[in-house]
Amino acid sequence: MESRPPFFTIALLSSAILAYEILLMRLFSIIQWHHFAYMIISLALLGFGASGTFVSIFQRAFSKRFSLAFLINIMLFSISSIGSFLLAQSVSFNPDEILWDHRQPLRLLGIYLLLSLPFFFAANAIALALTCFHQHIARLYAFDLVGAGIGCLGIVLLLFIAMPLQALFIIGCIGLTALALAVWELNLQQRNKVYFLLLLTGIAMTILQHHSELRLSPYKELVQMQRIQGTEVIGEYSSPLGLLSIVQSHIIPLRHAPGLSLNARNEPPEQIGVFTDGGGMTAITRGTGNPADYAYLDQVTSAAPYHLAQPERVLVLGAGGGSSILQARYHETRQIDAVELNPQLIKLLREDYTKFTGNLLNTDTVQLYQGEARGFISETKKRYDLIEIALLDSFAASSAGLYALNESYLYTVEALQDMLKKLRPGGYLAITRWIKLPLRDNLKLFATAADALKNTGSDNPGQQLIFLRSWQTGTLLIKNSPFTFDEIDALKTFCNARAFDLDWYPGITSEETNRFNQLAESYFFQAATAILSNERKDFFDRYKFALEPATDDRPYFFHFFKWSVLPEIISLRNSGGLPLLEGGYLVLAATFIQAIVASIILILLPLLFTSKTTVTASPAVTVSRKRIATYFSAIGLAFLFIEIAFIQKFILFLHHPLYAVALVLTAFLIFAGLGSRFSQRLAQPGLYLRAITFSVTGIVVLGFLYMLSLQSIFAASLALAMPYKIILTISLIAPLAFCMGMPFPLALARLGTIAQDMIPWAWGINGCASVISAVLATLLAISIGFNAVIVLALLLYILAWASFPAQRK
Amino acid sequence: MKENLMNHFIFKQFFLLWIVLFNAFFISSAVRAEDFYAVKRAQMIKAIEADVRTGYGNLAKKELDENVIKALNTVPRHEFVPKKLQQSAYDNRPLPIGHGQTISQPYIVAIMTNLLGVGKNDRILEIGTGSGYQIAVLAELVNKAYSIEIIEPLGKEAKARLQRLGYDNISLKIGDGYYGWEEHAPFDAIIVTAAASHIPPPLIQQLRPGGRMLIPVGSRFMVQELLLVEKTEEGKISTQQLLPVAFVPLTGKH
Repeated sequence: MESRPPFFTIALLSSAILAYEILLMRLFSIIQWHHFAYMIISLALLGFGASGTFVSIFQRAFSKRFSLAFLINIMLFSISSIGSFLLAQSVSFNPDEILWDHRQPLRLLGIYLLLSLPFFFAANAIALALTCFHQHIARLYAFDLVGAGIGCLGIVLLLFIAMPLQALFIIGCIGLTALALAVWELNLQQRNKVYFLLLLTGIAMTILQHHSELRLSPYKELVQMQRIQGTEVIGEYSSPLGLLSIVQSHIIPLRHAPGLSLNARNEPPEQIGVFTDGGGMTAITRGTGNPADYAYLDQVTSAAPYHLAQPERVLVLGAGGGSSILQARYHETRQIDAVELNPQLIKLLREDYTKFTGNLLNTDTVQLYQGEARGFISETKKRYDLIEIALLDSFAASSAGLYALNESYLYTVEALQDMLKKLRPGGYLAITRWIKLPLRDNLKLFATAADALKNTGSDNPGQQLIFLRSWQTGTLLIKNSPFTFDEIDALKTFCNARAFDLDWYPGITSEETNRFNQLAESYFFQAATAILSNERKDFFDRYKFALEPATDDRPYFFHFFKWSVLPEIISLRNSGGLPLLEGGYLVLAATFIQAIVASIILILLPLLFTSKTTVTASPAVTVSRKRIATYFSAIGLAFLFIEIAFIQKFILFLHHPLYAVALVLTAFLIFAGLGSRFSQRLAQPGLYLRAITFSVTGIVVLGFLYMLSLQSIFAASLALAMPYKIILTISLIAPLAFCMGMPFPLALARLGTIAQDMIPWAWGINGCASVISAVLATLLAISIGFNAVIVLALLLYILAWASFPAQRK
Repeated sequence: MKENLMNHFIFKQFFLLWIVLFNAFFISSAVRAEDFYAVKRAQMIKAIEADVRTGYGNLAKKELDENVIKALNTVPRHEFVPKKLQQSAYDNRPLPIGHGQTISQPYIVAIMTNLLGVGKNDRILEIGTGSGYQIAVLAELVNKAYSIEIIEPLGKEAKARLQRLGYDNISLKIGDGYYGWEEHAPFDAIIVTAAASHIPPPLIQQLRPGGRMLIPVGSRFMVQELLLVEKTEEGKISTQQLLPVAFVPLTGKH
């Protein structure tokens, strides 16, 4: 090949494809539900794997017309990135019907195939470049990684300024720009004609954008609400945290008061609904100036702590639309601090609807902080009489098990310990959650609290716990000292007046439980007794949902599914048993199986169809396919294992999930890119083995060191200001990522000298393994924790080193 | 000429034969469709009865009442679903009916109707008409039934459908169900199929002492639990949270 390799095109294309993948997750969270994010990951797999096979079969034909094939694939990426999504969202797919309606799986498959197209075309272009410019592989790969890093950061920024659908078209246009760049970089003739064509396509896309809109599933809460006459969306705000839709109902008022007592006579004042991604509604309530209008906030389980004592300082974790703040104000709290993650929601309360809320925030009593709850807790120097974790996720999402895969650092043993430390003597921690039947969340939370109390030195955690419930919500109170008789008397009066059940307080008897809102048996009391006794382990084994407390190493509070219960649930299908399934986890498992099947088809099939002998540059060196497959799948799996595990670790340090992910991912990709660039110097005959030994040793030593010491490093630097934390994060990641960037290009460069035709195949295997890895890492973390995932990754790197395709002495 | 006549004659014969066959086909297919659905309906009820015996969660009754079975056997469920889904009308599954709404799984309709245990003279109110199937089943059991639907086009469709099928004892109103239907209160039974963030206090007030309110909780396609609200003769409120399914979280083994 005469011309210079299209380095910048690869970087731009690679940034577009990564941004596209993240954007697709956003788009699917809006039009369907967010557990589809995992399906999107496996889409990329399908595209990358298929591309590896495709290019390796047709590589002779392609390398003759590299420029044309390269350009066409970029063009197809650009068009299909937009077209596939617009087509896919018009397929009427409803996951709830998948077990009844045989057409639904077919539709899902259709969506799958459609959306894997853009990944396929982009991967084709990259694989072609790697094959045809194999002597520049390390540099190309470096540009690929750095581009991906920039794309990852870019999409986060883009989502702040563009609506999700606009972002889709912008990515399409970035594809076109990459094409223009390719024409320039490859120094092609007839450039102007191509530029003109690109301009026309760009204009066509702009016109199309004005005529397209997001089509939400008709079963999303927002769409359901819009069916009601007089309801309209009066504002939309997009950020990477979610699409906020502000909804007002003119004729039939919105009345959001979950868990309201059956004895209540009051209804809430006028409210405005705020939906995140078309679901999870939180309400902004009109400030009338008349306290009596908020009496309904005293008729819910979360009001209980205000009746046991008169808290002076209250901290609300998760301000949402502000109803917990209103509740604290109704109970005449003197100082209210609240934390909210989403800055746009804060802006709504503070600016746009400040008049509507009757200056809810602009008073001396209320302080609203923007930030993440766990981070605020670990950094604050204040002490509180009451810390409240508000109920913000919707019942629908929670009950369908949609959060099963979400890490949550709010409901772990360590989190509750941190919160208990910030209470003044005699203070309470109050956590309200939905009552889900058969009981799950509330029991796991009870067990988590018991562990947290034990770890903070309590001999008898049962003395410091209270649980009360309505038919809809349950509130757990954790006190940092034993509850007194006066408190328990006040609690009984509170519950009796509101027909709430008391299922646990120190000294409770079975007869006192399960009176107003009756379950078949007094399940909570029975379970609480078992959890606090030494039968606990046995009880966890017998219970049909997973109740072991979540920890920072296994932060999956919402994961309740046990495989052993699956047959029973399926057999109860006709008599209403399906809601017992925790959907999210099953999606993950299904995705994993699908990923494996796809890999077998995409990796093993080409093995059958191509000849067994390997084309070699020098007859002295041969290399077995088995070795190549082992090597490239091992490093594909290991790279993402480490990346995902460290993202989790750094979330606890940087606290903001979004920025932590973006920063860690970007740092990993960019420094891996630099490592790849550096490896080119080592990619010399005779040096390969030494180079791979160097990088693998680096990875294993650093990985092991970090696993042991990160926690103490984080603890020591907790008080640092954010910029320093970012610098520390980057400098910790840099050396590890640098080493991790080397194994892939080193082996590819090695293949370039001994078995050039294997390059696309190796690229495909690595792509498949990376995507399986993303799903597998979560599956493993749920069952064995993140530290174990890191250990596994280090072992995989050692395996890769042992199977490096080179001659050994 | 003769040939021509002959042709003409044959043509006429064929024409007549064709008309006879054509009509026969249509009449018989109409009859067959009714038979077909009746058979399907009977099968559906058999399946539900079996599920009720084995399943039926923590509910007191383990059998469907005779009059509930009769009501289910009378209401033509296929008339309540979109044309293209009529074939599946008697499958034991929920079906989409447009406007983002569903017609409930027949099993759930059966056990809800059974749980309400209404008598002929009971006055019942439904919040969330949907297709109108549930209120039609109930209307088979009582003299007078009321239903409120919030989504206008859905309410209009249901109204026309119920009129066409001759349900004169159902009054249907389009509007907000939060305040119940004051003019016709109190009610012996109230069924709330529309999602709400809480049970509207006015509905509890419109429940007659000794009356029952039933609320299926869950998503459009899956009922998680049945919430049975009871008002004692003294006006005290209590609830029972029933799983529609025979699933015990503890196996009891030691």
